[in-house]
Amino acid sequence: MAETVLETHGLTMRFGGVVASDHVDFRLEARELRCLIGPNGAGKSTFFKCISGLLTPTSGHVFMRGEEVTGWMPHQIASLGVGIKTQTPNVMDQLDVFENIWLAARRFHDVAEANRKAEDVIDRLALGPIARTNLGELAHGERQRVELGLVTVGDPWLVLLDEPAAGMSAQDVERMTDIIHELTRTAAVVIVEHDMQFIRSIAQKVTVFHQGAVLMEDHVDAVMSDPTVRNVYLGKKA
Amino acid sequence: MIKTSATRDVVTTLVVAALLITIMPQLIGTYTLTVLVVYGMLGLSLGLIWGFGGILCFGQAAYFGLGAYTYAIAAVNFGESTLPMLLAVLVPALFAAILGAMMFYGRLTDVYLGVITLVVTLILFKFINSTAGPQYKIGDARLGGFNGIPGFQTLNVPGRPNDYIWGDAYFYFCAIALVIVYLLVTWLLRSSFGRIAVGIRENETRIALMGYDVAARKTVLFAIGAAIAGLSGALFANWAEIVTPGLFSLGQSAEIIIWCIVGGLGTRFGPVIGAAGLAYLKFLLGQQSMIDNTLIIGLILVFFVLFLPKGILPAVTDIWRVSFGRRKRRGARTRRGRGGRQHG
Repeated sequence: MAETVLETHGLTMRFGGVVASDHVDFRLEARELRCLIGPNGAGKSTFFKCISGLLTPTSGHVFMRGEEVTGWMPHQIASLGVGIKTQTPNVMDQLDVFENIWLAARRFHDVAEANRKAEDVIDRLALGPIARTNLGELAHGERQRVELGLVTVGDPWLVLLDEPAAGMSAQDVERMTDIIHELTRTAAVVIVEHDMQFIRSIAQKVTVFHQGAVLMEDHVDAVMSDPTVRNVYLGKKA
Repeated sequence: MIKTSATRDVVTTLVVAALLITIMPQLIGTYTLTVLVVYGMLGLSLGLIWGFGGILCFGQAAYFGLGAYTYAIAAVNFGESTLPMLLAVLVPALFAAILGAMMFYGRLTDVYLGVITLVVTLILFKFINSTAGPQYKIGDARLGGFNGIPGFQTLNVPGRPNDYIWGDAYFYFCAIALVIVYLLVTWLLRSSFGRIAVGIRENETRIALMGYDVAARKTVLFAIGAAIAGLSGALFANWAEIVTPGLFSLGQSAEIIIWCIVGGLGTRFGPVIGAAGLAYLKFLLGQQSMIDNTLIIGLILVFFVLFLPKGILPAVTDIWRVSFGRRKRRGARTRRGRGGRQHG
């Protein structure tokens, strides 16, 4: 039985009268890859923000590796060894690729080790030729890749990715898939995603959100062929 | 690579400083120069927290005034200058740490930060202005309200209260103090703390998501800026030999911001040169009565915002690069291509 790295009990988030997240019970095991899907407004991103500390849930509990982290600040959660990538690209535009990744590495390592780690990640993500280019001058796919690099440079044991493939070219998506597969060797990964193609190519287990609550949780193929899911999600989208 | 670029930075700073300290007294009297140096340090204090930390403080004059008043009050009480100088750095830093902690842990956005720092300056100004009565005294020092505090002990050789440092010697003292502060700022910005501070300026959320405590770091940087402003305030007090509530005025605060914009935000030397340059211009304009000098300063600000939004120093560097820097830059690029690191 693998260790549980992330768990929520009755996680609820209300915005005024709207219940964006409704008593969500969620469990994730070490080195598991899990996709969260659902139509727009299903509460995926709200759930994501509640576990990454960007929002404080109205009620319910979040546990990481058995420790209660409900209401923690994002920096406290990240300090545990959790890598977080938000929906909109969050990078430092006026700084170059190396500096962006170095800053992330420096959080968990001394200067020399951070230098080594950053070089390492730049090699691994094939960012070498643009290592000295400012983020502001890069293409969207490259920026996404850099952000993934700075999320992973700290050797996280849990990685939370909100729409990592959004707006990327097919080639970039393919590369992203490889990177994520490599990540799961050491970390549990939660991905919020819209792109069904992308989900099919990486996911095993999928959690479907609908109207703030978990609709079902199963293997990707089972989910895709489920008529209810087709109705609420695929049916609407197609 | 790390060592050489740092060393080059220090050597450049020292050479430029030595040249300026030798040449400038031939052109401008040391009495005027001293206050330009003091303003340069004040400009540097805001240039650090605004240009590198992204914290736009509308009340940097508060720390300047606080430093000056702390020095004056302590000097009256102690009858010597060493401890008062230290207090003039510590008191504003502590004040800023408390104020900063409230603002940054309260997650205030930039606009409110500006408003609060502005209002704090106003409160200090009003408060000090209303302390004319004899009941307002700290130890032996009467705050003196609108008239300020005159006649305090000025800078002396440590341990020898009767050996004053004044005139030319005081100019050299201030100039060397500025060089030391400048080198400390350089060192700070090269340290991990400084690099993370720049990261915070660029994207606060990202730095928080990396696991850094943004509020704590901003508070520390804010306090460091206040410490430098406090030191410049104490040096100003020694130069003027009187402190008045005018030090806390909004005009003073606005001027510091203008120095930074004109000099070049995001550079270390820009705010120094902006401060000294504009202060000297104001001094020259003050000698004539045809045009009001705030009008000229205002026009200069508008001119810079419209035509040189990055400020003097970046503009000069750009021109230099375009006209002379071609070969050099290409050289630098190949060096980088081989995997060298600029500031790693």
